[in-house]
Amino acid sequence: MKRRISVYFMTALLLMTALGGCAGGTQKPSEDKSSLESTVAESSQSTNTATEPVYGGKVVVGIQQDMDSLDPHKATAAGTKEILFNIFEGLVKPDPNGNLINAVASDYSISEDGLTYTFTLREGVKFHNGNNVTAEDVKYSLERASGLLDGTALISSLSADKGGITKVDILNDNTVQVSVSSANLELIYSFTAAIIPEGSGEDSEAQPVGTGPFSFVSYKPQESVVLKKNTDYWQKGLPYLDEVDFKIVNSADTALLELQGGSIDVYPYLTDSQATELQGKLQVLAAPSNVVQALFLNNADETLQDVRVRQAICYALDRDAINDFVFGGNAAVVSCAMLPTMQSYYEDLNSVYGTSGNVEKAKELLTEAGYPDGIDFTIQVPSNYEVHMQTAEVVAEQLNAANIHTTVVPVEWETWLSDVYTGRKYQGTISGITTDMTPGYLLNRFQTESSKNFINYSNADFDATYAKAAASLDLAEKAGYYKELQKLMAEDAGTAFLSVPPITVAIKPELEGYTFYPVYVQDMSVVRYK
Amino acid sequence: MQYRTTKLIGKKLITLIMTLFLVSVAAFLAFQIIPGDVVNAILGTEATPEREAQLREELGLNDPPVVRYLHWIGGVLKGDLGRSYRYSKSMNEMMPVAELIGDKLPVTLWLAALAVLIIIVVSIPLGVLWAQGKSRVLDAFLNVLTQTVMAIPSFFLGILVTYLFGMVLHWFQPGGYVSYQTDFWGFLGYLVFPAISVAIPKIAMTARFLRNSMLTEKSADYVRTAKSKGCTDRQVMYGHVLRNAMMPVVTFLGMIIAEIVAGSIVVEQVFGLPGVGRLLISSISNRDFPVVEILILYITAVVIIVYFLVDLLYRVIDPRIREM
Repeated sequence: MKRRISVYFMTALLLMTALGGCAGGTQKPSEDKSSLESTVAESSQSTNTATEPVYGGKVVVGIQQDMDSLDPHKATAAGTKEILFNIFEGLVKPDPNGNLINAVASDYSISEDGLTYTFTLREGVKFHNGNNVTAEDVKYSLERASGLLDGTALISSLSADKGGITKVDILNDNTVQVSVSSANLELIYSFTAAIIPEGSGEDSEAQPVGTGPFSFVSYKPQESVVLKKNTDYWQKGLPYLDEVDFKIVNSADTALLELQGGSIDVYPYLTDSQATELQGKLQVLAAPSNVVQALFLNNADETLQDVRVRQAICYALDRDAINDFVFGGNAAVVSCAMLPTMQSYYEDLNSVYGTSGNVEKAKELLTEAGYPDGIDFTIQVPSNYEVHMQTAEVVAEQLNAANIHTTVVPVEWETWLSDVYTGRKYQGTISGITTDMTPGYLLNRFQTESSKNFINYSNADFDATYAKAAASLDLAEKAGYYKELQKLMAEDAGTAFLSVPPITVAIKPELEGYTFYPVYVQDMSVVRYK
Repeated sequence: MQYRTTKLIGKKLITLIMTLFLVSVAAFLAFQIIPGDVVNAILGTEATPEREAQLREELGLNDPPVVRYLHWIGGVLKGDLGRSYRYSKSMNEMMPVAELIGDKLPVTLWLAALAVLIIIVVSIPLGVLWAQGKSRVLDAFLNVLTQTVMAIPSFFLGILVTYLFGMVLHWFQPGGYVSYQTDFWGFLGYLVFPAISVAIPKIAMTARFLRNSMLTEKSADYVRTAKSKGCTDRQVMYGHVLRNAMMPVVTFLGMIIAEIVAGSIVVEQVFGLPGVGRLLISSISNRDFPVVEILILYITAVVIIVYFLVDLLYRVIDPRIREM
């Protein structure tokens, strides 16, 4: 039985494209020489045959964070994975619509009981070192990621005690059979784990080798990651560019200067005000992100233990106003831990507390809970996230109006990680949680015993329903459980969910083809010069 | 005299070592106090308890702090600067601090060298010209200009320079940079405007300082003596006044050089230069203790050594100090 799981379709909003001037093909003199030469050369050839795609050139992408690891199995930061996406591929990989497509595998099947996966390897897939991908390489990669090799699972969802891989068998030269410890419809997403050459794990940090559209050239801490075109890439016609540099920029302000000055060509993390500033000068594109932003409430806090207090906070928030003020109205207001773009799993719960603020109701609930004069409330915000800081300002004002006397405390990101996220010593915090393609990913963390349950949410019904959802082998049934989970959490006011912010990208006018994914990746294989 | 100098160098060396030791302890203690650790910084919100434990073990963070410190300082004494907690060289080997810093140091040093060159070349003629006081308008203009420039914070000055020369005049590309390993002259080219940003406030300070110093010297008795001897104004100015006026300026320049070589932290941030200053900032964020320790020691050592050299230079310029 073969299953192809369609998760959700993404609606890429095209906010605006560059204004006139670029249609004539005039190039600015301040550009990088090599790319200029190649584009001019290519475009002069292709003026008559406009459909011919342009090959060649170099693009510099500005990124915010340094790599945490170049080893694809060890990397955990979203900012690293979005780059490694260009170097590595798994047996399957995500496509822009949120589906999984076959990559190193050309086909796969899952047994009826959900415990055996059989992958057929694609013919002619080559590593960047020139060798063909063999069944041994696949076995090695899966065993390394799941911890079968040396006992430490590098990708925890693949480890046997989490329902992952117990055994990898090579059936023949191009067929690999994987046994897993429990049936789970969402496990297939974990097979996006990178396939690397047998025995190459040791060198992955210094010289990563994969099968992706670009191969690794160099990495300098705090400076850049340089990739070049993989001429043997199995998807014919891709990639277009000869070279992609990911340049680490210090701050959003310098990024803006560098974009305007031309030393970076693509920058994917614009704030709303920056986007406004750049409109007309560069292409500014936006799409829903895979982040749920929330005012997270510590359910174990003395005051917030009371469900009425948490509900009062939810009522007090005018989330439409936050959306307008911080995101220029481009975010999607949500009331649960699910992306609206995951249509079949998403439950619209915005009516529970309303989205425009109900101060009277909030005061009423506070009085009921024994706080007629209101409460004192402290929100800790990671100060490096401008978006969260701006949100906090608006939130504080709204809460104050409802007698929730709010203090905003900016904290450094590392302090936030250790005190708020890991230490769980806080009352409220504004932050975002990201998801991969797995629908259950955002709900998973709110189980009582989860190590990621930093809000100390605890509801026995929730835990029981989550267990049922995980065990379900029927997609519709599973979706039903997920909706149930969202409802449970909203009723408890487990946390005050705010919105799914947009992701806004600036791209220089000469480029086209930039594609948004429902997950955090920068797919540079489809980007090309006009 | 020979004996005295040797003794002086010996004394300064002991001071240097003591200071470095105290600074390293202070930095270590500071690191124990600030919240957050490198494991959190690396794994972020995707951390699982298993990965955390594994990483802590790999980095040797399970040892008590004092043991870690002693282990670290023991290594430093043997010439091993330790290994970064944050950056790895291969799967089982972290990046040696020496390698990490060695790669960034030339950027900061060249930036400093260029800036110091610009400061000296511009500020000394400017100070001399100003001290001559030939034009009241020029006097007033320089007075206002230097005051203003000195008051502007360097990050803002950096942004102004970027905006004016980069965005408006297109004389350079903001954020542009090539490594000194690939194209040395191109690399120096990219450093010119950052160096100017570093230099501008210092030029103002040095020029003012030199002017004031020269004005004081001009009213000294020896000037009258020289004039009555029949020296021309020019001879008096360059032969006597300037030479004497340079004394305090040399000290002042020494301080400036120490400050710049130690790391033009802010300017590196504004211009996106991957130098030591930027490494220090991000290593503090990453809680990369071994890197931060070495950088702090480096900065301390630079300041102490430059001051010491100024001290020696003093002796060369002014024979009187040698006798004292």
